[in-house]
Amino acid sequence: MTMTIFDKFQQLAAARQQLEQHASDFFNVVVEEIISGTEAIVNGRRMILAGSNNYLGLSFNADCIEAACQAAREEGTGTTGSRMANGTFSGHVALEKELAEYFNRRGTIVFSTGYIANLAMLSTLVGPGEVILLDADCHASIYDGCRLGGAEVIRFRHNDAADLEKRLGRLEQRNTNVLVVAEGLYSMLGDRAPLADIVAVKQKYGAYLMVDEAHSLGVLGENGRGLAEEAGVEEGVDFVVGTFSKSLGAIGGFCVSNHPELNLVRYASRPYVFTASSSPSIIASTRKALQILSTQSQLRQRLWDNANLLYSTLQELGLALGPEVSPIIAARFEDMQEVFAFWSGLLQRGVYVNLVLPPATPDGRCLLRCSVSAGHTPEQMETICRAFKEAIG
Amino acid sequence: MELDAKILKEILEIIAPFVPAGQQVSEGTDMVADLGLDSLKVMKIVENVEDSFDISIPLNILPEVRTVGDFVMQIQKITGEG
Repeated sequence: MTMTIFDKFQQLAAARQQLEQHASDFFNVVVEEIISGTEAIVNGRRMILAGSNNYLGLSFNADCIEAACQAAREEGTGTTGSRMANGTFSGHVALEKELAEYFNRRGTIVFSTGYIANLAMLSTLVGPGEVILLDADCHASIYDGCRLGGAEVIRFRHNDAADLEKRLGRLEQRNTNVLVVAEGLYSMLGDRAPLADIVAVKQKYGAYLMVDEAHSLGVLGENGRGLAEEAGVEEGVDFVVGTFSKSLGAIGGFCVSNHPELNLVRYASRPYVFTASSSPSIIASTRKALQILSTQSQLRQRLWDNANLLYSTLQELGLALGPEVSPIIAARFEDMQEVFAFWSGLLQRGVYVNLVLPPATPDGRCLLRCSVSAGHTPEQMETICRAFKEAIG
Repeated sequence: MELDAKILKEILEIIAPFVPAGQQVSEGTDMVADLGLDSLKVMKIVENVEDSFDISIPLNILPEVRTVGDFVMQIQKITGEG
């Protein structure tokens, strides 16, 4: 029989078919109508969204929407060009300046997505002959960036600074540049990196450190700058990357740093050069959202109140949760049929959470990954908590 | 490069708990096609080998590894580099 280029997808097709038998809704989730940052019509049913990354609820903020509309009217729907060509508008430059000021860093590069930010920085900063040491649970965009750059890539055990130190020690004789990569909040279980320990180890061995604050921007730290701020180690973090698609309610990515050479990365980075820049409306709403994020700490307080409520409720129900409270609250299940039934039960009660299956989960178990928002009202939180209580039976 | 029998023996011992019951494993065994190891199991084996040999195994070498013998060869290269 002739082989086709599609043969390799047969295993996926079989897996999909098997999953469909357990939960027919799994592949058919379409948000038909979005009502607010926390509510939508999904498959004909009104749902509270408890799985999005809209941590501060800013995707429907009236000022952000107005800024986006005005920018679209004045500057058009897209830049139709790369940052390196005709795609750097005054808004892109202003946002870079505002991010640098907010983070108290010398420079910023704005990218079109968070994925591209990691792809661009990791593939460009570190190359052949150099080494990246990344936390084993890092996001796929970090792994992909590492692969694109040609550096030697070594994992250290998740959140294990001692394991990181052992590996840095093994590399000492090589006398090469090493970049350590960790995340502020890990997206699946919502656990923090032991950042003070990681900073101490990287300083001892003269390595560089990049922290992805995608899920911690606007969430951790007195001013919302993320885990580095909360842990009091911003000076020890060479590069902070992040995204506009979570707390800032839009789409895009960034890297901030005090290293003056950051600006040179632009010219060497293929994911920066060879993609279109963000639309003016996205830049405008992100600038407005950054202003709100940095001045309205009450949003962060509401977010944490909601996080504490859901975490303690699910803990009382006896669900196996991540190790600490955060706006990402994930319940772990051993059995696939059990997690499908639970997920479907929540859908029937009008609550949408993310169902995450191996190999996308950290330890091969199934996850119901919930995330709360400052935009969830007390009534919505009550509905979410009640749905869990009822679904567990 | 000849396969080091001592390293092969140690690798086979580390892989054994991840192998389906009754399956024979030798240097020619394909780690994915024959043993059905998924990426999570492969990474667990890599961690155990790293601890056992006190080395770090770069992810970059994994595309070169198909059989148990390939894996042993890569470990020999890393340990040989000192």
